[in-house]
Amino acid sequence: MIPAAFEYHAPASLDDATALLARLGEEAKILSGGQSLIPLMKLRLSSPPHVVDINGIPGLSYIREADGVLAIGALTRESELEESEIVRARYPLLHDTCKVIADPLVRNLATIGGNLAHADPANDHPATMLALGAEVVARGPSGQRRLPIASFFTGPFETALAPGELLVEIRIPAPAARSGGAYFKLERKVGDFATAAVAAQLTLRSDGAVEQAGIALTNVGLTPIKAVQAETSLRGKRLDDATIAQAARLASAASEPAADLRGSVAYKKDLVRVLTGRALRKAAERADRRR
Amino acid sequence: MRVQLSINGEKHEADVEPRLLLVHLIRDVLRLTGTHIGCDTTHCGACTVLLEGRPVKSCTMFAVQANGKSLMTVEGLEQDGKLHPLQEGFMAEHGLQCGYCTPGMLMTGYAFLGKHPTPTEDEIRVAISGNLCRCTGYVNIVKAVQHAAATLREGAAR
Repeated sequence: MIPAAFEYHAPASLDDATALLARLGEEAKILSGGQSLIPLMKLRLSSPPHVVDINGIPGLSYIREADGVLAIGALTRESELEESEIVRARYPLLHDTCKVIADPLVRNLATIGGNLAHADPANDHPATMLALGAEVVARGPSGQRRLPIASFFTGPFETALAPGELLVEIRIPAPAARSGGAYFKLERKVGDFATAAVAAQLTLRSDGAVEQAGIALTNVGLTPIKAVQAETSLRGKRLDDATIAQAARLASAASEPAADLRGSVAYKKDLVRVLTGRALRKAAERADRRR
Repeated sequence: MRVQLSINGEKHEADVEPRLLLVHLIRDVLRLTGTHIGCDTTHCGACTVLLEGRPVKSCTMFAVQANGKSLMTVEGLEQDGKLHPLQEGFMAEHGLQCGYCTPGMLMTGYAFLGKHPTPTEDEIRVAISGNLCRCTGYVNIVKAVQHAAATLREGAAR
């Protein structure tokens, strides 16, 4: 399959890229890892007249923890996240997530920035970042701004990025003591989108009660869904079976799946309930190990 | 656009349209036809090549993105008329039936063994999970990678 012809741009700096994007407006698509964009272009579901390849811009690929924040450059590849010792040791929810995105070959090119900015409700990082309470940094021709992830996803394949803006960094608050998270995804086969997936992040108090909870859902709505009522239901409570079951029911109620080849609405809603329970148990087990 | 790249240690140059996919540059322009095109939809991995040492799907990259990069294709495995231990492993363990997925399996396996000299079966299965074999000959493909790992370890010990 051959994509429609386009003009290729490879800016060498962020300033060049944002100036170019501001000038080209809706005519341009940003090429990051290309693992979603290029298949769409081959199917001609997307035929942008201009492609702005940001891979040649230095300084956009890094994973560093400083001042209570894990900062990840937007061009960081999924395989680099997967191999990162700091992600493995301190951010288990993120580690779980990057391991189940597409397949190992795709993960060698796919980027975390692309996964978020593409805003496909079936993508995995959006729910994880909602559960982690991340921020994203957007850079435009007139400077940069930070946005809470909860206001980033405005619709299917739509974000709060303005024309001319580029997502440059993801910022995740460093976990407090007794924090842990987990991502549970059911997929029909490696490389398929999730039938449903659940991200959970917990911080426990010294008495074992929940201090803070983040729960978010993948591919069961037009955008990733933050299960706010399920989160609230956990606060101040010990994670016994009844508490987990109630949060799982509330997460399921927050989901708005559509029936497709992967399953019916009822099946997917129940799957959210089951996966939420599993993710919360795993997150609690991990939080308990990190006193 | 002019692109310059190195494939299997050899420099190549070509004038390409930006929309030309890397796999078409490799096969149709440079005539290195060992790399296969399978699904053409980023699923099957038959088109796997190494980009700066990492296996990627060459049907899901534009040729212009490889400008200035170093690539390795299946033709680069054989050295001085001698097959690579991984190729020997695929022969010895009957790691191919129709052979269509083989170039991709070999390139993924080659990069994997470079990082995992003593792999478990599970690690091999995860590593090749982006490469599909429609003959479903995975059992022997896993054995072939294990065979190669053993040969490479012996070679390193000698």
